[in-house]
Formats: sequence, C-alpha cells, structure tokens
Amino acid sequence: MSYILAWEALPLAIVLSSFVPGIAIMFLGEEDRRLRVGLNIAGATAKLALVAVMLVGVAAGREYAWRLEVLPGLELSLVGDALALLFVALSAVLWFVTTIYAIGYLEGSPNRRRFFAFFSLCVTATTGLAMAGDLFTFVLFYEALTWTTYPLVVHRGTPEAIRAGRTYLVYTFASGALLVLGAVWFQVETGTVAFAPGGVLDPEVAADSAGRFVLLFGVLLAGVSVKAAFFPVHGWLPIAMVAPAPVSALLHAVAVVKAGAFGVTRLLHSLYGIEVAWQLGVALPVALLAAFTIVYGSVRALGQDDLKRLLAYSTVSQLSYIALGVALLAPVAQVGGLVHLVHQGLMKITLFFCAGMLAETLGVKKISEMRGIAQRMPLTMLAFSVAALGMIGIPPVAGFLSKWYLGMGAIQAGAPWVVGVLLASSLLNAAYFLPVIRTAYLDDPEGTFDDGTGRRGLEADWRLLVPAIVTVLLALGSGVLGGFGWSPLGWTEFIVDRGAL
Amino acid sequence: MIRDPAHWSVLAVMAPLVGALVALRGRPVALRAGLLLGALGSGGAAWSLARAVRAEGPLVYPLAGWGAPLGIELLVDGFSVVMLAVTALVGTGASYYATAYFGDLSEASVRESPAGRGARYFAPLWLLLWASLNGIFVSGDLFNLYVLLEILGLSAAAVVTLAVTSKATVAGMRYLLVSLAGSLLFLLGVALLYIAGGTLAIGTLAEAGLEGPLPLVALALMTVGLAAKTALFPLHGWLPPAHAAAPAPGSAVLSALVVKGSFFILVRLWVDLHGGGTREALLLLGFLGAGALLWGSLLALRQRSLKRLIAYSTVAQLGYLFILFPLLYPVAGGWSADAWAGGVVHALAHALAKAAMFLAAGSMTYAVARDDIRAISGIAHRLPMTFFAFGLGGLSLAGIPPSGGFVAKWLLLRAAIEQGAWGWAILMTAGGLLTLAYVLMVLRHALDRSETPPSFRPAPRRLEWAAMALALLAVALGVRATELIELLAIGSGGRLP
Amino acid sequence: MTPLDLYTLAGAVLFALGFHALLGRAHLLWKVLGVNVAAGGIFLILLAAPPRLDPAVADPVPQAMVLTGIVVAVAATAVALGIALRVTARTGLPFLDEDHLEEDDPA
Repeated sequence: MSYILAWEALPLAIVLSSFVPGIAIMFLGEEDRRLRVGLNIAGATAKLALVAVMLVGVAAGREYAWRLEVLPGLELSLVGDALALLFVALSAVLWFVTTIYAIGYLEGSPNRRRFFAFFSLCVTATTGLAMAGDLFTFVLFYEALTWTTYPLVVHRGTPEAIRAGRTYLVYTFASGALLVLGAVWFQVETGTVAFAPGGVLDPEVAADSAGRFVLLFGVLLAGVSVKAAFFPVHGWLPIAMVAPAPVSALLHAVAVVKAGAFGVTRLLHSLYGIEVAWQLGVALPVALLAAFTIVYGSVRALGQDDLKRLLAYSTVSQLSYIALGVALLAPVAQVGGLVHLVHQGLMKITLFFCAGMLAETLGVKKISEMRGIAQRMPLTMLAFSVAALGMIGIPPVAGFLSKWYLGMGAIQAGAPWVVGVLLASSLLNAAYFLPVIRTAYLDDPEGTFDDGTGRRGLEADWRLLVPAIVTVLLALGSGVLGGFGWSPLGWTEFIVDRGAL
Repeated sequence: MIRDPAHWSVLAVMAPLVGALVALRGRPVALRAGLLLGALGSGGAAWSLARAVRAEGPLVYPLAGWGAPLGIELLVDGFSVVMLAVTALVGTGASYYATAYFGDLSEASVRESPAGRGARYFAPLWLLLWASLNGIFVSGDLFNLYVLLEILGLSAAAVVTLAVTSKATVAGMRYLLVSLAGSLLFLLGVALLYIAGGTLAIGTLAEAGLEGPLPLVALALMTVGLAAKTALFPLHGWLPPAHAAAPAPGSAVLSALVVKGSFFILVRLWVDLHGGGTREALLLLGFLGAGALLWGSLLALRQRSLKRLIAYSTVAQLGYLFILFPLLYPVAGGWSADAWAGGVVHALAHALAKAAMFLAAGSMTYAVARDDIRAISGIAHRLPMTFFAFGLGGLSLAGIPPSGGFVAKWLLLRAAIEQGAWGWAILMTAGGLLTLAYVLMVLRHALDRSETPPSFRPAPRRLEWAAMALALLAVALGVRATELIELLAIGSGGRLP
Repeated sequence: MTPLDLYTLAGAVLFALGFHALLGRAHLLWKVLGVNVAAGGIFLILLAAPPRLDPAVADPVPQAMVLTGIVVAVAATAVALGIALRVTARTGLPFLDEDHLEEDDPA
C-alpha cells in the first residue's frame, strides 16, 4: 500500500480531506459542537494546505494522478493537473471561508450535524469532479454532488423547502440520467472515457459518422446543461434559493453550477476537442445558447425585489460567460471564460454572504427594505457594492478582466457579435445592480434598523463579516494583480498556453 | 484439516442447519449461538470457496464420492461464490438486526413478550432458510435443487407468518401456495428432463445437448414455476403483501435473498443448461422484466405503507434481472460479458441495498409503531443514521453513484448500447428515474418537519447500525468490483465443467 | 399402449386435476389436497420413466426421486395445513381474502 503515501496520491488526499470529516461528523452527536467545528476547520485547513502543495508542484511541472480500478477497464481516476487545480483551489478557498460563515450563520439552529456532514460531502463531490481524470469519474462525482446537496437545499424542512428540493432533484436527476447514458454511449463509440487535452475524438472518425456524434454531443450537453443553468433548464436555480445562505453561496459560487460549467468545458475540450467540436458544428450552438442565457438571465434579474432571487438570476447570466468563452475557437476567449469560473465565484459568494448577513442580522430580504441600510451595515454594503461593480465589469475588480479577455477573444475568433452580447449584458448588470446600491446608500432609512440585540461594535457576527471581506478582497486582488503568474488570470493563461485545456 | 476446498461447500449448508438445531433450544444464548454459527460458517465457506475458485476454477464435489450420473454432485463456480458471499453478508446483517428487533432476547422476553414467538422462532426458521439458500447456490443437480427450493419456500412462508397480524398469516398462506405451485411445475420439469436426458446433473445434461420438444416443454414448465417464485410480472401479486407483512429482518432476507434463489436456478437453466438457446423465450423473459420494472415502479409510487412500497420496488428491480436474459445473448452463440457482469452485480447490489432499506424501514416503523409513509414525517431528524442508510440504499437501487447499482447500470447500459438495443437502454434509464421517484417520495416525507411529530420511541442502536452497514456495503460495491467481476467470469456462460 | 404409457398418461391427468384444484378452488383444504394430487401425478410419471441400461431393471434414480418427493410433499402438507388452520382461526374463514382485513390488527 506504499503508493498511497506517494505524491501521486495527493489528489486522493485532497478528496479525503473533506470526505473523512463529513463521515465522522455524521457519527458524532448533535451536541458535540466543539468536535464538529474542530473537524470542519481541520479538514478545510488540510485541504487548503494540500492544494497549495499541489499548486507548487504543478507549476514546477509535476504530475499527480491516482487511480483505482472499479471495474475491469474502468477506473476511478483523480488527476491534479493545471485545469483541475483552477477549480480545486477555488473550492478549497471558498469551502474554508464558507465553513466559518456557516458556523456563525447556523449557530443554535437544529440539525447542524446533518448540515455539516453533507456540507463536507458536497465539497468532496466538487473536488472529486474537478480532478476527475475521465468521464466515468466525472459522472460519478457529478451525480454524487446532486444527492449530497439535496439535504442542504431542504435543510429547513419547511413545505417550501421540500418543494424546492423536489424541483431541484427532478431537474438534476433527469439530466444526470442523460449524462450517464451519454457517457456509456461515448465509451461504446470511442472505446475510451479518458479526458485528454485537445480531446480524444479522432477528427476523421468524427467526420465519418458526424450525425451520431452530434446526437451524442446533444445528449451529453443535456446532461451537463441543467447544472450549468442554461436556458431553458435553469428553472431550479432561483427556486433553490430557499436554502440557508451559506448553501446558496456555495451552490452559486462553487459547487453545483460550476460543476455544470466545468462539465461543458470538459465536454468541449477534453472529450470532443474544441476544433472537432467546431468541425462538427456543435460548438456554435453552445456559444449561442450561452449568449442567449447571458441576456435572458440579466433581463429576468431586472425588477426582482427579492435580493436572493435577483442574485440567482444574475448567476444564471454570469455562469454562461464561462460556457461562452470556452466554446469560442480563440485561446484568449477561453482564458476569459475559464478565469470567470474563479472570478464569478469570488464575487458571487461575496454577494450571497452579504445577502445572508442582511437577512440574518436585520431580517432584510427585499431590496425595498434596504433603504439606507449602508449606514447601519457599512462594511457589508461596501463588500456588496465592490462585488456588484465587479459583476458589471468595472475595473479594477476581477469581473472586468473576464469580460475584457472574452471580448478580445471574440474578435480574435471572428465572432464580434459576442462583444455586443457582453455590452448588453454589462448594461443590464448595471441596470439591476446599481439601483440596489443606490437604495442602500442614498435613500433615507424608513426607520431604525434594529436587530433587537442591542449589539455594539461590529455590525454583524464576525464569523459572517470576515468571510465576506476576505472574498471581496480576493476578488479585488484577482483584478488588480491579474498580471501576476499566481493570480487566477495568470494561472488560466498558464493552462491555455500550455495546451492543457 | 480440510484438504479439498470443495468440502467448504458442505459446510455452507451444514453450518446454518446445525445453527438452526441449536437455536431451536429457544434460550437466548442458544438463539445467539445458532445465528453466530450460521454467520461464521457461511462467511467462512464463501471466503474459502472464493479463494479456491479463483485459484482452480469451478469445483465439482461428488457427495460421498459418488459422481454423476447416479450420485449427487455439488457445483461451485464464480456465480455460486458471489451469491454465497452476498447471502453471508446480508444474512449476518439481518441476524444481528434480529437480536435487537424482537426485544432484548432475555430469558423473560423470549418466553413472555407478545413478540416472543417471533424471537423464539425467527432464528431457527431463518437459519433453515439460510441453509437451503446456500444449498441452492452450490447444487449442480436438478432434483437436489427441487428439494432445496421446497425447503426455501416452506421456511420463507413460515417466516412471513411470524408477524402477529391476520394480514401476515393470510399473506404467508398465499405465498406458500404460490411457492408450492411453482415447485410442482419445477418438479414436473425435472421429471421430464430426466426422462429426456437420463441424468440430473446440469453439467452432464448441458454437454449431452437437449434435442426434441420434450426438454423445451420441461424448461418452459420449470421457468414458469421459477418465475412465479421470483415474482416475475405478472405473477408478482403474492410478493408485496408477504414481504410487507413479515417481521422486518424477515422482509429483508425475503426481498434481498429468497427471490434470488429461484432467479439463480433460472440462470442455471437458461445460461448453463440451455446455453442461450431459444432466443424468443429469452426475449419474452426480457419483456416480462420490462413490464415488472414499469408496473412495479408505478405501484410503488402509489403505496401508503412504507414496507409495501419497498416490496413493490422489489417487484420492479427484479425486472432488471429478467431484462438481463435477452442482453446476455446478443446473437445466437454470442455472449455479452458486460451484460452478465452487470446483471449479477445488480442482483448483489439489490440484495445489499434492499436489505438495508427494509431494515431501515423496520427501524422507522418500530420508532413510530405504524407502517405508513405519512407517519414517518420528520423521522430524518429523529433517526438520522437510519434515514441515511435508507437513502444510500435507495440511491444504489436507482443506480446513483457511488454504488453497486451504478456500476451495474453502467455495465448493463454498455451491453445494450453495444448491441444497438436502444430500447433496453432507454427502458433501464427510465427505470432508474422511476426508482428515484419513489425513493425520494420517502426521503421527502422523512425530512418534512411541517407536520406534528407522531409518537416516537427510540430504535435500538443495533437496528440502526445493521442497516447502515449493509447500505455502506452497497456503496462499497461501486468503488471496487473488479475482483468480483473476474470471479463471475469463472464458469458462467455455458462453460461449466 | 404399454403399461408405462398408461402410467404416464394417468400421471399427467392427475397432475392437471391437482393443479386445477390448487389454482381454481377457494377452500384452503382443497388447495392443499390439490398439491398432493398433483405431486402424485408427477410421481406416477417418474415411476414410468423408461429403463436406461438394462431393459429388465428399473432405473433406480426415479425411484429415489419419488421416495424423496413423498417426504417433501408430506412436509409441505404439514406446513400448509398448519398455516391454513391459523388462517381459519384468525379470519374465521378457510379462504384467502385479504380485502376484508383490518389494518395491522394485533391478533
């Protein structure tokens, strides 16, 4: 068993660093609060440390791969390459801050044991999916992500939550079934399920039976598009908002929706290969669908009064930047799309942290209740505003870089219409985010915001406030320091330049 | 001590049988000792036989040294071994569960409590059942199979009637009659096959080849009989009331194992004896399996009783095992290793997952003292581990990873798509979604906190742990199934010695 | 028609009669008797199995099967009668009628 201890097993260790605490928590008592928190923090810290080690290793050209044969010829394969790391690092960082946030948020509420157990399992599925070295492993974690998230979505156990959970499962399991069918079909057609940079599909084979491969692409795309929240299968996302704030934050920034966007990336780049995808004529529909979803989500976000619903439709829109970027046949656009995986995550989690703080501290859930709230919660609203400006694409916040690279890449790829989509979307972003900021800063409060506790000092529990400030600083830093190699942008360029996509 | 590894196959039958005799003493220590003996003997036999079959291939053991055609031969191949192993695992889990389910088995409770009859007679009956199951898995002789099948049917029906309700008594009686009818058809088939082939040994009969109409008539009779015992649609009507009414550990072994006993014999007939001949018959079995999958799932969705829902789910899941038959032989003389591995892994995963679900359901109904899906509202907050075990088992059943059910689904889908059999592929995918629908219906109620919690008594920890252990085994099957599949390839597909 | 054929034919008829009673009759005693008659039919068919090696010597295997089969049938009858008696005691009727049972009545 010595190979378990070898460096190659680092991906396994990263997966286990959240799996083991998750299982252990399940066996603890509900009242073992200190042990539970300790396990959570220890796991999250260990994951961060392991990911850091792997980052350094991959930058130095090391390869990490761990495999376990499940069936003759089918492996559970975890690979720590540059692309996987982009996603894994994001999950590790955001898991850490969200854990702290969740501990503060759920203080004193029932069923925390179940919550934190599934929370850890959900992150386990996400990291496993990020490092999946083949389609079989990807499908395994993709489906596992669905059921580990369900208890989180219905955590409150209210009829509304139960209904939302049902909608969530109908969408995700139906698409999951298609993904499994497509994955098996892919294996039968090509004899492999491995992911490889540039795809595993032989262009000539693909051209010979183009019709079949187009249909297969459709099945696989249908499989991943629900979690990627493409129009018209985005409907579950706004409904799933009923979940507690840390869950929404994790769902919208890292776990579920990113799994879908990452799946689209894997499908286009690691299975079909972007060139073969364009040759078959399947990449353009993906780009068009993503473009439409960008505009559609933004339009739906307009006029929402419920803050979390507004953020949810914003996610629908922002998420499709990733798919749009990676579907274009220009490295710069692919950089823009991929880096948005991280940038959107940092900005969106900040927004959700802030929304959760408003709801938890003051009971404010609607935008119309936010008049002048910046006076009461200045730091929260500052973080919110910076993240929102980033979403609009105002420099120097990270979102600007994503849009810039997307636009440049679109022109390079000979698709100038994308620039139009980006402009329209930015205007719409401004149209739904700026009124929120204006309400919070410029309107007069209707009464005094009183949380009834007579709290002095910090405007909210520090366990809620600090994570939001950390993530907004990260979003800001990613934008300002985008030129450095270790920034998300630098790393993404490293991926694309290396041909590791 | 034991030189010929095939001796272990005798132990697999004898250990539970002796255990049953010990348990008949009725004292708590005797009940525990009997169950322990059955578990250790079955587990040890499965383990040793697995090693021997891996090393030496299929084993043939002539009882008392007298081989075919006159003597009785035991036959152990890869399929036998995995069925023995899963029986040992599920059996051990159910036995452990039973030691807490019927009260604490203390001297006084065995004698006096209302559940005392269950406590006293479950162990011996179940051990007898266990012995006959193990016997079926190691038999290479048709008449021997008949006798064991009859013991299986009698002890299984008796287990159903251990529950102290009129429903259970009536359901057990019906089960017994169906079982007897099935055995009669099987025995008639055995008689005709003997007249046609002059031997009862499956291997010898297969080598001789079956010619003329008589063997086909025999096969048809035996298949109908076994299909009734396996509750193949549309002969499934007896199963839901019987499996739902039995005491929980009984329900678990009935749904997980007993129906697999007659399925095992069907495989011996259509794979090992007849080698995929008569493709129309295989297709018919497949169509009936499809009907079972759809009809069983739809009825499961309509149930109000938790245990009946799980029982209908068994009817549906058994459908997959019959869809296996047409997939096994893509063309005359062909053989799909994927379908074979997928089908058997499905049977194993179903055994583990279904047992876990029935045991978990038993804990839930124990806690709320009612078998009603609405009564378990909010139970996820009271019995989190039981809820988790039920969920894991249900997900495995639906083929959601990581689980044995997922691995099985992957293999079966691959077999179907490779053969261009898209109808089967889509049907199996739809079956998975239907399974999810009824599993999630239960989970949703269990999580629902809006209704007032019903009266509640905590379930003993042992009940919770036994269900959890089996559910985790169903999951583990989806992480590592290589050795199992290699084992399955030994002896199957008409390559018996 | 040889005597053996006659046995076979009689066996088939008995099997059909017994099986018909098992499926068609509602009374539990009829059903249990049907099982026995049908089993008897099968035993006749087995007894009439043609000799295998020496035409003058009966094939011992079917004889052994019949003997074992009788034992099995006796055991099955005993269990079936036992449960049938309990059905009658519980429901008051010697029939299978699940529709009129109360939900989970503790007997």
